[in-house]
Amino acid sequence: MPADRTLDQLRAAAEVVRAAGEHDTVAGVAARYVAAPRDTGQAASLLRAAAALDLAVTFRGGGTRQDWGSPPRRLDLILDTTALTGVVEHAAGDLITVVRAGTRLDELPGTLAGAGQQLALDAPLPGGTVGGAVATNTSGPRRMLYGTVRDLLIGVTLVRADGVVAHAGGKVVKNVAGYDLGKLVTGAYGTLGLITQCAFRLHPLPAAVAYVSRAVDDPAEAGRLAGTVRAAQLVPTALEVDAPAGERATVTVLLEGTPAGVTARAAAARRLLGADATAADQPPEGWARCPWRDGDVGLKLTAALSGVPRLLSDARAAADRHDLPLSLRGSAGVGVLYAGLPGASDPERVAGLVDALRTTTAAVGGHTVALTAPAPVRDRVDLWGPVPGLELMRRVKQRFDPDARLAPGRFVGGI
Amino acid sequence: MSRTTTDLDALAAALRAAIGADRVITDRQQLRTYECDGLAQYKVIPALVALPADAEQCAAVVRACVAAGTPFVARGSGTGLSGGALPRADGVLVVASQMRDILEIAPDDERAVVQPGVINLAITRAAAPYGYYYAPDPSSQQICSIGGNVAENSGGAHCLKYGFTTNHVLGVELVAPDGDRVRLGGRAPDAPGYDLLGAFVGSEGTLGIATEVTVRLTRLPESVRTLLAAFETTDQAGAATSAIIAAGVVPAAVEMMDALAIEAAEAAVHCGYPPGAGAVLIVELDGPEPEVAAQFAQVESLCRENRAFEIRIAADDAERALFWKGRKSAFAAVGRISPDYIVQDGVIPRTALSEVLRRIGELSAERGIRVANVFHAGDGNLHPLVLFDAAVDGETVRAEEVSGAILDLCVTHGGSITGEHGVGMDKAKYMPRMFTDDDLDTMQLLRCAFDPDGLANPGKVFPTPRLCGEVPGRRKGVHPAQEAGLAEAF
Repeated sequence: MPADRTLDQLRAAAEVVRAAGEHDTVAGVAARYVAAPRDTGQAASLLRAAAALDLAVTFRGGGTRQDWGSPPRRLDLILDTTALTGVVEHAAGDLITVVRAGTRLDELPGTLAGAGQQLALDAPLPGGTVGGAVATNTSGPRRMLYGTVRDLLIGVTLVRADGVVAHAGGKVVKNVAGYDLGKLVTGAYGTLGLITQCAFRLHPLPAAVAYVSRAVDDPAEAGRLAGTVRAAQLVPTALEVDAPAGERATVTVLLEGTPAGVTARAAAARRLLGADATAADQPPEGWARCPWRDGDVGLKLTAALSGVPRLLSDARAAADRHDLPLSLRGSAGVGVLYAGLPGASDPERVAGLVDALRTTTAAVGGHTVALTAPAPVRDRVDLWGPVPGLELMRRVKQRFDPDARLAPGRFVGGI
Repeated sequence: MSRTTTDLDALAAALRAAIGADRVITDRQQLRTYECDGLAQYKVIPALVALPADAEQCAAVVRACVAAGTPFVARGSGTGLSGGALPRADGVLVVASQMRDILEIAPDDERAVVQPGVINLAITRAAAPYGYYYAPDPSSQQICSIGGNVAENSGGAHCLKYGFTTNHVLGVELVAPDGDRVRLGGRAPDAPGYDLLGAFVGSEGTLGIATEVTVRLTRLPESVRTLLAAFETTDQAGAATSAIIAAGVVPAAVEMMDALAIEAAEAAVHCGYPPGAGAVLIVELDGPEPEVAAQFAQVESLCRENRAFEIRIAADDAERALFWKGRKSAFAAVGRISPDYIVQDGVIPRTALSEVLRRIGELSAERGIRVANVFHAGDGNLHPLVLFDAAVDGETVRAEEVSGAILDLCVTHGGSITGEHGVGMDKAKYMPRMFTDDDLDTMQLLRCAFDPDGLANPGKVFPTPRLCGEVPGRRKGVHPAQEAGLAEAF
């Protein structure tokens, strides 16, 4: 076997470097090398080496969303963060934690719950890492009360494409010193730099919870009920609609607080939702999960709040017209819905449906983005749709990664 | 290198042609009224003032500045406390005060769309009849503008629970530093692409000028309850705050004042706080009635357990207003007990409060400079008021030393040099205490993407400018920033 000089040079930067295997692919594109830095310093050395060798790099945490976004135009090195793990600090009295980016999101409760605290971020795909959640800006039902990554991330450590390490924000919640680069890299799909460490604000775990649900025949009715709940004084943590293909829709209100408070508010929620509403202390099936399976088509639809009932009914009607079984689920209380279609769906029909959904979401002030799709669908559909501000985004990418080596082509507008 | 009179005359003529003669100020006396923002220790008379009537006029002003290679500074109500809207003697001050229409209150969408000159409190006033309000509430909310709030990412007493401006701005239309009009975000959440909106909010006018802002409206709470607790010492009040947070309560606000701040407030507004208090806490809870009722009782008993010697509970809105009157007037009130003062703004991890206060006390004693302390105790945001008399030889210098040393304390305890007032002109020199050269250089990559020519509010936020270098397809030749003498450091 001939010596691989690139591999040798990468090994000088970090000890865990290997040739890529058959599973080391990103949206179907095979990598040549995989490296797993143990700390920010090794990550910086690797990225410096990659810059010197002109290697195209993508980042991978739990590998749960490697099929999200467009395939990279070129790919040499996968920089794997699974050795970059651990809680660096949990300052319970200050309600903050600092964690390394490769730490699994579902491992945090083990550290934080002992102090009665939580990172209030849902993980729609099990097994994902903190860094992956930030890079793809995933969130779930509880975003209604706690916000999303952008609201919880208070500090970030990055390694740039040229290997320079930079920090922004800090360890205190209230802080306006300097640009908020944490927000810039949130949802950037690793196209601006590697996130190696994150500081988050935490929230107290609630003493009591109640999930109040009601089934309705028409998804739009679920949307209207959600509007009624929003206008009341319940202060829900989440307000979800679940409308699986071919089944009745359910609207669910999550209430959190003191035992006495939750009991009173759950009773009020049942009165609002109607006679057959039920209350439970456990979430309904599918709660905080994407309404699709591996290999399916997964869409994200957004709308102004008043447009949610229309989005629900128009989406269902469009799916019927295109004869596709569309499952809808999401946060009616904030105007974000997710939609799933079987992976084997006819690409032409999926493209027609996505066009129809884009027309509807545009009419209600939102967007339709295809988060994931099998290759035949991806080839036929513009995943991102129109992106306001794209020219400025290209200029930002150009500054941070002038040689376009970080996940090139993965993001909006071919960034 | 300063601009010649001819250059300025040409720019003034271009601005008059673009937005009308009555919207361009060139008279020296009139220009002088814009020489400072809320931080009056810095004064610079702008070369020109432009008062655009709308977004297109604002874009025309910026394009004229770009064509002339002239820097511009945006200004809202001019209440900022870091000199962020300090004019440039060689630049145009773009004042948003003529753009003050509330364009839409949409309670069904929980959104309001406003022009940048709209006053913060005006949004709440317009939304209240529908049962909504605009949550961020800086102390200056009766006069500060939303455009300024966006530039500074303003906070307020209630951001402990509700977050800052950045958490409540859903969309912005802006004029980029090249004069292009760009829309970021909108009425729906999670627009695809980079979160440039998140980067823009709090960028202190260095990434462009907001010309329209879409904000979140929050449901008015069903119940609000407020107590005022008096303690003998700030340590006791701090311990009570810790106990409240540790109990899992997230109050809408927890505010603390020390004895000197109380003394000033009493002298100024006769708020009638309990006599003999070494510290008072104002704790406010809001939300659904059954939750507030349960947690308020808990907060009250936690204050007692931590040796509050008197607790007053606001019986109605009038009493609540009285509690807040002392706190909200505190900055101005110290004028009653000191001829001059510096309003400092720093952040510490809340748990370090006791130690940092002790150090501030030591600094105060060592340097013979009194410090009154007002804090957003829930989130560790300190507002030490450094008192001095500029007429006494050397006091100004010592006061500035104490003020700077307090920021060092914040940084060494893992905090921040500013929690809500911004970096602006005043704290650019402190940025290297908190960030490395690489950190600042990386932030400036963003600036270069928006403003390669360095014309938008230059000299603010960053201690040294960064030459942005060339991007393929852009201009060649001498860099305009260099040409304008703005980049001598390089």
